Amino acid sequence: MKMIKLVPMALIALFTFNSCSSDDDAQPVNEEEVITTVTVTLTPQNLLELPVILISNDIDGNGPIAPQITVTGTLTPGETYTGTVSLSNILTNPVDDISAEVLEEGHEHQFFFNAPGVGTFAYTDLDVNGKPIGLEFTFLAAADAVSGNLTVILRHEPIKTAEGVAEGIITNAGGATDVQVVFPITVQ
Amino acid sequence: MRYFIALVFLFIGNQSLVYSQNKVSGTITNEKNEPLGGSHIHSGTAFVISDPNGNFMMNLPSGAHRIIVSYVGYKAVDTLVDVRNNMVLNLTLKQDISALSEVLIYDKSLKTNTTVDRQVLKVAQLERYSSGSIGDALKEISGVSTLKTGSTIVKPVINGLHSSRVLIINNNVRLEDQQWGLEHAPNLDINTAGKVSVIKGASGLQYGGDAIGGVVIIEPPVIPVKDTLYGRTILNGASNGRGGSVSSSLFKGYQTGWNWNLQGTFKYLGDVESPDYVLSNTGTRENNFSGGVGFKGKHSGFTAFFSYYDATIGILSASHIGNIADLVGAINSGTPNTANDFTYNIAAPRQEVRHYLGKLNYYQNFSDLGKLTLQYAYQLNDRQEYDIRRGDDRNKPSLDLLLSTHSVLADFETSSSKIARYKFGVSGTYQNNFADTDTGVRPLIPNYDKFEAGIYSIATFALNDTWELETGLRYDYSRIDATKFYLKSRWDERNYDADFSDIITGDFGTQWKTNPDFTYHNFSGSIGAKHQINTNLTWFTNASLANRSPNPSELFSDGLHHATGQIELGDLRLKNEKAVKLSTTLAYTSDTFAFEINPYLNIINDFTLLEPVGLEQSNRGAFPVWQYRQVNARLMGLDVSANYDFAKNLNFRSTFAYVYGEDRNNHEALIDMPPINWNNSIHYSKSEWHHLILGLQSEWLFTQNRFPDNDFIADVPIDGVFVPTNVAISQPPKGYHQLNFSSEMQFNAFEKSKITVGFNIQNIFNTNYRDYLNRTRLYVDDMGRNFTMQIKLNY
Repeated sequence: MKMIKLVPMALIALFTFNSCSSDDDAQPVNEEEVITTVTVTLTPQNLLELPVILISNDIDGNGPIAPQITVTGTLTPGETYTGTVSLSNILTNPVDDISAEVLEEGHEHQFFFNAPGVGTFAYTDLDVNGKPIGLEFTFLAAADAVSGNLTVILRHEPIKTAEGVAEGIITNAGGATDVQVVFPITVQ
Repeated sequence: MRYFIALVFLFIGNQSLVYSQNKVSGTITNEKNEPLGGSHIHSGTAFVISDPNGNFMMNLPSGAHRIIVSYVGYKAVDTLVDVRNNMVLNLTLKQDISALSEVLIYDKSLKTNTTVDRQVLKVAQLERYSSGSIGDALKEISGVSTLKTGSTIVKPVINGLHSSRVLIINNNVRLEDQQWGLEHAPNLDINTAGKVSVIKGASGLQYGGDAIGGVVIIEPPVIPVKDTLYGRTILNGASNGRGGSVSSSLFKGYQTGWNWNLQGTFKYLGDVESPDYVLSNTGTRENNFSGGVGFKGKHSGFTAFFSYYDATIGILSASHIGNIADLVGAINSGTPNTANDFTYNIAAPRQEVRHYLGKLNYYQNFSDLGKLTLQYAYQLNDRQEYDIRRGDDRNKPSLDLLLSTHSVLADFETSSSKIARYKFGVSGTYQNNFADTDTGVRPLIPNYDKFEAGIYSIATFALNDTWELETGLRYDYSRIDATKFYLKSRWDERNYDADFSDIITGDFGTQWKTNPDFTYHNFSGSIGAKHQINTNLTWFTNASLANRSPNPSELFSDGLHHATGQIELGDLRLKNEKAVKLSTTLAYTSDTFAFEINPYLNIINDFTLLEPVGLEQSNRGAFPVWQYRQVNARLMGLDVSANYDFAKNLNFRSTFAYVYGEDRNNHEALIDMPPINWNNSIHYSKSEWHHLILGLQSEWLFTQNRFPDNDFIADVPIDGVFVPTNVAISQPPKGYHQLNFSSEMQFNAFEKSKITVGFNIQNIFNTNYRDYLNRTRLYVDDMGRNFTMQIKLNY
C-alpha cells in the first residue's frame, strides 16, 4: 500500500524541486480586472454643441497613486445629452475593454448616476431580464447655470429587483462596488 | 512465601481429591522461551504457582478441566483440557503490551519538557469535535481561544497569540500550510489525532525556536505491539448546516511489532444559520485520508505515514466588500447585505485547499545510551482562493499558491542516567513557494525559496525526589530568497529605493522585478524547574526566549488582498520578533479535585501587527490600507482551570482565561486580544445506565473593553452626496453567554463492539452574538442553535 502512495509523492517532490529552481524567467502579472480608465461621454442632441468628456485615469490600478480626473467641456443649461460609459484596462496588452464584459454580463451589473442639482439621468439600455445596465443613458442638464459633482458607481451582483434600483436609486442595490468615481461638472 | 502458599494449596488439593488422580505437569515460558517462574495455574479450586524454572505440577481428577494460566504483563491462557492420564502441558504466554504501558505511567523516569505544564486533550474529548476542527477542540484548554473567519475557519490562539506564532506539530512534523494567513485554518483532520497537547510559550525547543505563542502537538493513536485489529467509525449529523460527517479508522497491530492503520473522513455541510438569517455561502466539504505502516522493535523501528487533506470552504457572501463605502454600508446596516435561502452550494468567494504530507521516521535504541530518531517529511500545500470575478476570469482563482516543504530532523535522547537526561538534535528545511500567475491577479506572496537549519539541546536534571531542572538552547538559521514584482508606484511609496535599490533585477514597465534575499539568525532558550511540593501539589516555573523571523506575508504583501477587501502592505525592513516569556503554574491534584493556576508575562519586542493606516483611492473608490508595523508589546495573563468531583456521579469543571495586551510604544491596547473567557460545565454520569453522561456547559465571553481605536473617517456617498463617515471597525462586540447541552450513552452492539450515541445542543437559547475574534463579526451574527447527533462505533 505504502509504495503506491510514495511513488507519486516522490514524483511530486521531484517536479517541484525542478520547477522552482529558476525564477529568472518569471514574468509580472498585469492585473486583468483592474479598471484603469473610466470614460463618460455626454454627447449633446444639439449637434452644434461640443460633447463633454469625463475621464478618470488610474495608471497603477490598485497601487498608491490616486486616479487623475479630467473634465473636458461644460454642459449647456436645459440640454439633453446621450451618455455612454466606457471602462478599460490599459495595463494589459492589448488594452482590455471591460465595458464589453459588463455588457455581456449585464444582468449582474448596474451603473448608478447621481448629480444632485446639476441634472437628471434616465437609463436607455436593458439587460436580458429587461432591467437597466447603464452603459447607455440620457442626461438632462439643469435649466440654470450650476456646478456640482457627478458620481458614477458600478455595482457587481446588485439586487436588480429591489425597490427603486431599476429607477437608478442605489439605496437597496447591495452588491459589491466595482467603480466609484466623482467628476466635477459645470452647467453654464 | 509464594512457594509456601503453593505448597499449601497442593497439599489441600491432595487431601480433597483422593481418587483417580492424574498428574498434570509442564513448563510455562514466554515467547522467547524464557521460563516464567511464579505463573499462576488454576483449575477449579486447585491452584499452583510455577517454580523459578517455570515448571509446575498439579493433580487433577479425570475429566474435562478449565485451566487458566496467568502472569503479570502477559495475556492469560484460558483453556479446556480433557485429563485422562498423567499428562504434560507446556504453555507459552504472550506479552500484553497494553498492560505493560499502564504500568509505565507510574515510572518516574525523566522526560523532556517537564518544567512547563502541558495541557492535553484525549481521544474522548477529541471525538466530540469529530465534525469540527482542531481549533474548536483546543478551546477546551484554558488560555486557548480561537480566531475565526465565519464558523468553519478556526485558528487556535494561545495566550493571545496565533498564526505564525503558534507551531502546529502534526505527527512529529511541523505543519507548513501557509499558516501566516489569518483566514488560513490548520490543514489537518482532527480525526487523525489520538492525543493533542499544548505547550504554552517557547519552551518546546525541539519543535522550533519561534513558538512565541506556543506549540500544539498532535499525536496519532498508539498501536499496541500485539495481534489486534480494531477500529472506529463516527457518524455526525448537525441541524445547523444540515449535514454532517463520517469518519472511519482501522488499526492493525501484530505481535511481531508491525502495524498499519488507515483513516478517512468525509464531511458535507451547507450554509450555516444565525438565529435570524442564513449565513449565505458558508458550506464546507472535506475529504481526508491517511494511512501508515510501522514497525516497533525493541531496538529499532520505523513509521511511514501519508495523509491527504482536501477542503472546500465557502466564505460568507456578505463579507465580500468592494470598497470602503460597501464596508460602511455593511457595518452600519447591522444585517448582511446578502442572505439567500439555504443551499448546499458553495459559490465564490471560497477556498480550496489540499495538503499532502508524507513522512518516514526511523528510531534506533542504543541499549544504555539512548534513542536516535531520524525523520524526513514532505509537505505540499496547494491553496486556491476564488473571488467574485467578472468575464473570463470568473472561474479562475484570485490566489493560487503551491507551497512545498522538505524537512529532515535528527534527534538523540539519552537514557544512560537516572538523574540527567539530554536531548539534542538538528533539523533542516527547504521550502519553495510557487505563486501561479495565471490568476490575473498580482500575488501578494511571491515565489520564494526558503532554507532553514536549526540545532538544539535540552538538558533535564532530577536534583532530588522533588526537584527537576531543565535548560535548553536553540539556534536557527533562516534564509529567504524571493522573486517579487513591485509596482513602481508602490516601490516609491514604500520608499524602498533608499534601502533596497540593489535588489532590483529587472524593469517591466510599470513594475520592478526584485530579488529580496534575507538571512535571519535566531537564538532561543528556555530554563525551568518543577517542584513536587507534596503528593498533591506541583509547582512549575519557566522562562523562555523565542525569536521569530518575519513571514512572507509580513515581508512582501503589497496590494489589494481580495479575500479581505483591504490593501495590505508588508515591509522588507521588518526585523525578527523577540519574546521573553515568564510563566509559572501551581497545580493541585487529588482523587476528587484538580486545580491549576498559571499566570504569565510575555514581553515581545518588534511585535509585528497589521493595523489600518489610512485610505487609498482607485477607480473602485477608496480602500482601507492595513500596514504591518512593529511595536514593543507586553502580554500578561492568567489561565485557571478546576475539576471537582463533588458527588459520586457529579463533576464540575471550570476554565478561566484573561490576557492583557499592551503596545508599550504607544501605551494603548493591542488589537485582537481575546476577551475574558469563563467556561463552566457540570456533568452527571451513571455507568450502570449504559454509561450515561449528561452535561450542561456555560460559555461566557466578556466584552473586550481594551482595544486600539483604529476607526477612520472616509467620504462615503449617501444619496449621491459624499458624507465624511466614521468607519467603525475597532469597537469589539458586546460579550455573550451561551449554554450548551451534551449527552451520551453506550451500548454493546455485537460481540466486542460498542456503540456510543450522543446528542448535543449548542447555543440552546439561540442567542444572537458576535465574537470579537471572528473576522465576519462586522457583517453578521454568529452561528445559532445547533442540534447534533453522534453515533460512534468502536470495534
